Amino acid sequence: METLYKIFIDPFVQMAAAPDFLLQVLWEGLVSGVLYALIALGFVLIFKSSRIFNFAQGIMVVFAALTLVGLYEAGLPAWAAVPVTLGVMYLLAMTVERVVLRPLVNQPDIVLFMATIGITLFLIGFGEFVFGGENKIMITEQLGIPTGAFELEPFGGFVLIEQKDLTAVGMAIVLVVGLLIFLNKSSMGRAIRALGDDHQAALSVGISLSTIWVLVWFIAGVIALVTGIVWGARAGVSFALEVIAYKALPVLMLGGLESVSGAIIGGIAIGLLEKLFEIYWGQPLLGGNTETWFAFIFALIVLLFRPQGLFGERIIERV
Amino acid sequence: MLYRTAGQFKTSYQSDQALFPVRQDAFLLIFFLLLAYVVFPLTASEFTFKALLVPVLIYSLASLGLNILTGYAGQLSLGTAGFMGVGAYACYKITTIFPELNFVIALALSGFFSAAIGVAFGLPSLRIKGFYLAIATLAAQFFLVWLFEKWSWLYNDNASGAIEVRTMDMFGLTVTGPTASPVVQYYFVLVAVTVVFWLSINLTRGRYGRMWKAVRDMDIAAELVGINLMRAKLTAFAVSSYIVGIAGALMVFLWKGAAEPNLFDIPLSFQILFIAIIGGLGSILGNFLGAILIVALPVIINLIPGMLGLSVNVATLEHINVMIIGALIVTFLIVEPHGLARFWAVIREKLVIWPFPH
Amino acid sequence: MNAPTKPGDIKNSGDSTVLDAGDVLLNIENVSLRFGGVKAVSDISFNVLKGEIRAIIGPNGAGKTSMLNVINGFYRPQEGKITFRGKVRRSMKPHQAVGQGIARTFQNVALFKGMSTLDNIMAGRATRMTSNIFLQMIWHGPAMREEIDHRQKVEEIIDFLEIQHIRRTPVGRLPYGLQKRVELARALAMEPDLLLLDEPMAGMNLEEKEDMSRFILDVNQQYGTTIALIEHDMGVVMDLSDRVVVLDYGRKIADGLPEEVQKNQEVIDAYLGVPH
Repeated sequence: METLYKIFIDPFVQMAAAPDFLLQVLWEGLVSGVLYALIALGFVLIFKSSRIFNFAQGIMVVFAALTLVGLYEAGLPAWAAVPVTLGVMYLLAMTVERVVLRPLVNQPDIVLFMATIGITLFLIGFGEFVFGGENKIMITEQLGIPTGAFELEPFGGFVLIEQKDLTAVGMAIVLVVGLLIFLNKSSMGRAIRALGDDHQAALSVGISLSTIWVLVWFIAGVIALVTGIVWGARAGVSFALEVIAYKALPVLMLGGLESVSGAIIGGIAIGLLEKLFEIYWGQPLLGGNTETWFAFIFALIVLLFRPQGLFGERIIERV
Repeated sequence: MLYRTAGQFKTSYQSDQALFPVRQDAFLLIFFLLLAYVVFPLTASEFTFKALLVPVLIYSLASLGLNILTGYAGQLSLGTAGFMGVGAYACYKITTIFPELNFVIALALSGFFSAAIGVAFGLPSLRIKGFYLAIATLAAQFFLVWLFEKWSWLYNDNASGAIEVRTMDMFGLTVTGPTASPVVQYYFVLVAVTVVFWLSINLTRGRYGRMWKAVRDMDIAAELVGINLMRAKLTAFAVSSYIVGIAGALMVFLWKGAAEPNLFDIPLSFQILFIAIIGGLGSILGNFLGAILIVALPVIINLIPGMLGLSVNVATLEHINVMIIGALIVTFLIVEPHGLARFWAVIREKLVIWPFPH
Repeated sequence: MNAPTKPGDIKNSGDSTVLDAGDVLLNIENVSLRFGGVKAVSDISFNVLKGEIRAIIGPNGAGKTSMLNVINGFYRPQEGKITFRGKVRRSMKPHQAVGQGIARTFQNVALFKGMSTLDNIMAGRATRMTSNIFLQMIWHGPAMREEIDHRQKVEEIIDFLEIQHIRRTPVGRLPYGLQKRVELARALAMEPDLLLLDEPMAGMNLEEKEDMSRFILDVNQQYGTTIALIEHDMGVVMDLSDRVVVLDYGRKIADGLPEEVQKNQEVIDAYLGVPH
């Protein structure tokens, strides 16, 4: 009885008792949710255009951030480090296309997936080899990101909203809107969607596979850099961040592998829910640190009821 | 000439279905068994046992488990390390609760725990397919490691949060614990690995192997030829997790001697996956080849700077090692997606017809 | 009846009903199947008699393959009754259809591409092998004896379909015509009462078609297997089949002897198209 009370009643009593704290928790959850959504977005883009389940997306985030900070530490001013990092990401996109994707065209999905695991490992080794394995601090101020905080007082309580988090959310919104316009309005965007539907058909109407792939991986790289900057501002930059990369997977599963809006909603949902669960159930009842697995178990349970994800299309099996 | 098969006729289905229809293959196996059972124990140093031989055996066992699930039954798993952990912790609890129990029995029993957990996390595979299923095994991976950390009963409420293997004897020989001799431990692992491999080979060449491969190649068609998908997938999960669990228990009890929860974190899962990929998915032999490569690579990389007279720090070598493994995986997938095992198969085919190429 | 060792022989799983040639083996009454709002099959009734070759024809998208999928349980119809061997069938899983004695081949070859011809056909005997997982692990003893028994049956089918030379070849490497034949072999290995063939001759050249026709007739005559087939080649259909049912837009428009169907005005219209 006591346990049931603790599970089903007490957390809500707590929420009602301290609404300002609840708001703070929700805000934190929203910010990490937005970041998960960003990682998932880069992933969806690649999956849509090439059917590749790109395991390396999360690592690209770390790699981009690490490159940026590494270049700055090497003496490049911040305003120059950003374009150079973008150049590195473009180089990476080209290399991946040339060295990995092109030789593997028409291989089964699973082979391409494994190849991206190979890329992941290579990027980890390469990044640490060049920039060292220790934790770095994101050059937040040098990039002109405000670091102050707003203090709000709703319900007579106290909520702290950091400006860099606000910036993160703002940048994410700009990025997503830009991306949606690009995908839906530009001819390149149409080509990307066409490739996702049917490679052969897209090729036969004159869409260049390699150009699009480089482009898509580069866009994923840009998204990775933005994510890396805002995440790095919160948590520092090192490959320990790869854990967040894995988080993108349940987000994707939840949203459906191909849906841009699914990635966003899935990301925010998971960000919010895992924070709420950790604070109100995980810490008091389970000893905390439930954020390591909550997203996965949650996605798994949802998938059991909707195997195609929340926004994926229903699969009719044919023979 | 050495590998000529002409003149070896099969007169019954039994001999045609023998493990080694070609005599030379059997000789080769006997040669390697002699090497493993006689030559290595006589010549190897303690370092060789601890850093090369035992790890290769244990990793190849874990890879075999993963291979049955992913290579044979086609169900991608990213949670191998979690299931290894279940085996290790189960074995630890069994040996604490029944201190008098023979270690072999404790080991064999601990596999059933990992098999049960494996089946539980395999259940979603009946509804979720392909990449979506990866989430189920990842969920297992993260949840289990968290559980190893938080559930203090599992490590007997030690202050350190780690499990430490106590000394256990068998037939008058010390098998586990800090005082056990490396040769004894090596033999123990070797026998266990031999037995499990032999049983697995039998399983994969018969009805279950065909069922699994059918599910892997085309699950709808498999169902329509009368294969019960649920049974095929769940047996694959059970057998795979059993083997993986045993490998985990062996790893802690006969190699590492102690373990913290983070030993079973996701990097270990990936390491096993790489062994399976590089060795060759859907191959038994590949597990050994992959394990040899993955275990030997860092050792060799560590030796190179010394030979060249350079001094490179350990962390850098580690980074280079990771890079090389990543590059190797991509290279393998491009050059030969079926891994090292296929290389051997191709060489063998050439040898069979050598020196007459047609 | 043949000796029980012959493949395709009827000694099926526990069902005591023995049917004579000419009895109704499969009866389909008022079956309808929808996917969301789309009607794939609507209100179709026909039967298949034991020992006959029954053709199901119709233009593309007529619902022929959906009909086969209904018969072997892959799709569950929303309405209608299916009686097999005199028993009304409840809903079942596809893998149970094989146990009841229904085997099939597929329009787009559905073989296990990574496995050899022999293994593919052996997989067709999955439901008939019973030794448990522990016996399998030990191998020597019951498991091996069982394997050899089944291997013998499979070898008979291999001989029958003349595919000895590709026994060890992974089927992914075989040409299309041979793959179709391996698929037939796998279906035969299930020793079905009712064999469903979905376009067994699609994409074949004349010679391959002749071979395949010969095999279908041989299966029907030597083993007495009842066959229901979908085929677009009208010459083949008219020569092989005893009776023909014609579907169009998910409805049945004709049913009868090949020559009757051929003269049916509605059938001619369906194939040639008429202005509505």
